[in-house]
Amino acid sequence: MIEAEGISKTRGGTPALDDVSLHVPQGTIHGLIGADGAGKTTLFDILVTLLRADKGTAVVGGYDTATRWREVRKTVGYMPAAFSLYGDLSVRENLEFFARIYRQPVENIVSLVGDIWRQIEPFADRPAAKLSGGMKQKLALCCAMIHDPAVLMLDEPTTGVDPTSRSEFWTALRGLADRGKTVLVSTSYMDEAAKCDCITLLHRGTVLDTLAPGQVAGHYRGTLYEIGAADTAHNTRLLRLLRGWSLSGGCYSFGDRIHLGMPLPGIRTETVVSYLRGQGTDTSLISVCPVRPTVEDLFIQLTSGAETEDSLKADNP
Amino acid sequence: MTQEGKNIIVQHLTRRFGDFTAVDDLTFGVERGEVFGFLGANGAGKTTAIRMLCGLLKPTSGRAEVAGYDVARRPEQVKRRIGYMSQRFSLYDDLTVGENLQLFGTIYGLRRAALRERTEEMYRKLEMEPLKNQLVGGLPPGWKQKIALSAAMLHRPEVLFLDEPTGGVDPLGRRRFWELILDAADEGTTILVTTHYLDEALYCNRTLIMADGQMKALDKPRTLMREYGARDMDDLFGKLTRSTAVPDTTAKEGEA
Repeated sequence: MIEAEGISKTRGGTPALDDVSLHVPQGTIHGLIGADGAGKTTLFDILVTLLRADKGTAVVGGYDTATRWREVRKTVGYMPAAFSLYGDLSVRENLEFFARIYRQPVENIVSLVGDIWRQIEPFADRPAAKLSGGMKQKLALCCAMIHDPAVLMLDEPTTGVDPTSRSEFWTALRGLADRGKTVLVSTSYMDEAAKCDCITLLHRGTVLDTLAPGQVAGHYRGTLYEIGAADTAHNTRLLRLLRGWSLSGGCYSFGDRIHLGMPLPGIRTETVVSYLRGQGTDTSLISVCPVRPTVEDLFIQLTSGAETEDSLKADNP
Repeated sequence: MTQEGKNIIVQHLTRRFGDFTAVDDLTFGVERGEVFGFLGANGAGKTTAIRMLCGLLKPTSGRAEVAGYDVARRPEQVKRRIGYMSQRFSLYDDLTVGENLQLFGTIYGLRRAALRERTEEMYRKLEMEPLKNQLVGGLPPGWKQKIALSAAMLHRPEVLFLDEPTGGVDPLGRRRFWELILDAADEGTTILVTTHYLDEALYCNRTLIMADGQMKALDKPRTLMREYGARDMDDLFGKLTRSTAVPDTTAKEGEA
């Protein structure tokens, strides 16, 4: 398990993490959800003892990261965001290299992560640099697992990996959690949040919220409406109208639809429709209906409150 | 043989590397001002196709015309009329915003007066005047993407290729970025975009889904979802690519 309490860290004069706490029980997958610059990598660096926190404490697999870093390093398997394998070594050589560093027999891989290893074993003699993105990540996972760590930390393992391989990778992670491994994984793909037991939304070094994926709708303030125009060419005008509405709590395009947050209680669909009609819109060509907010909607709601000057300007051209 | 209103014309476009066919008989057209999504697994052939359309790689057979010019016979004319932006290679972190725009403008052959005028226009449009003397390296990812897009559009390309343009950007930043793309399309720029965020396919007028070098489907995203009985784009992508995309094993030319 992982217990982090009140972690703060300043990097290069700017705060990278501010009072971040995490509790990950054994056998669960915890997702760190946030964009580039949210502080995900800094948090990993602290939890795997590569960096010291300015404030706060972290206990990983039962060991304090500040005082028992040797034990922490043996307990943790870490897959950093940058491809960390040797491109000119073959798949098998990479695995042997990591096995030797950790003084483990390489054959253990079969009992540890046999299902993943079997997917890449046919390419054992291929140089790692010549693997596809998804395959590289599977090899990196095998190398991170070779010493049978109790805690697995993965920093954006699926970035740039195609949707099919991403889904295979998540299946592998679930298998590991089911066998009692504690998994902390970061991602900037919000849809992957649904595959975690619990998620922390991280933005510019602070925790916006911590919740189970099923609690997203409950954490969303007010009602979310989806507005679809028969002709998407009207979306620009609709966005402008809805953004100018004093009751609107945030409005943005969501693919070919528009999402409108209405933070006040008691607003009904008809309220939205009659506002648009009052603004001279032919509402017979528009659909308005309340929808279940996604993690992205929640994330947007939580971040638009703390808007920076520059993005506010972008909202009011 | 330009077809009316089409800014990209692709006919039986094929590229082989040895006995491996990376792009296999692609045929489609993209209208002026259309936002055209290009989806596929790693190794499906997207990058190879885009490299041919940008005039960087010769087709083995078939042909393609971009902005009115044949990509194999007049690649230099094509390159002058297109813009390219990707998440991986975009800006120089240790140059300021202004220096980056100047660099890209000069590479695209803009003269000083035109460069100054268009840079000013970009500053106004994106309200980034206060940022112009800041180093790009210190800016948040959302801003970097907007500036990279500006750099790719300074020379007013007819066709804009966007290769996974929104990776790592927060949800609000991604949506703002897409609004800029849609604005550019409204003004007549043809957009061809690849993305791994499948929900973003819904911003596109039409989406082409590729697997194993071949075109598996091409239509409006919602039409495709209906046709294949898919819950969402993720489901559609799975249905169209899974049978052929597994095993995901090949590191094909230019596609890591």
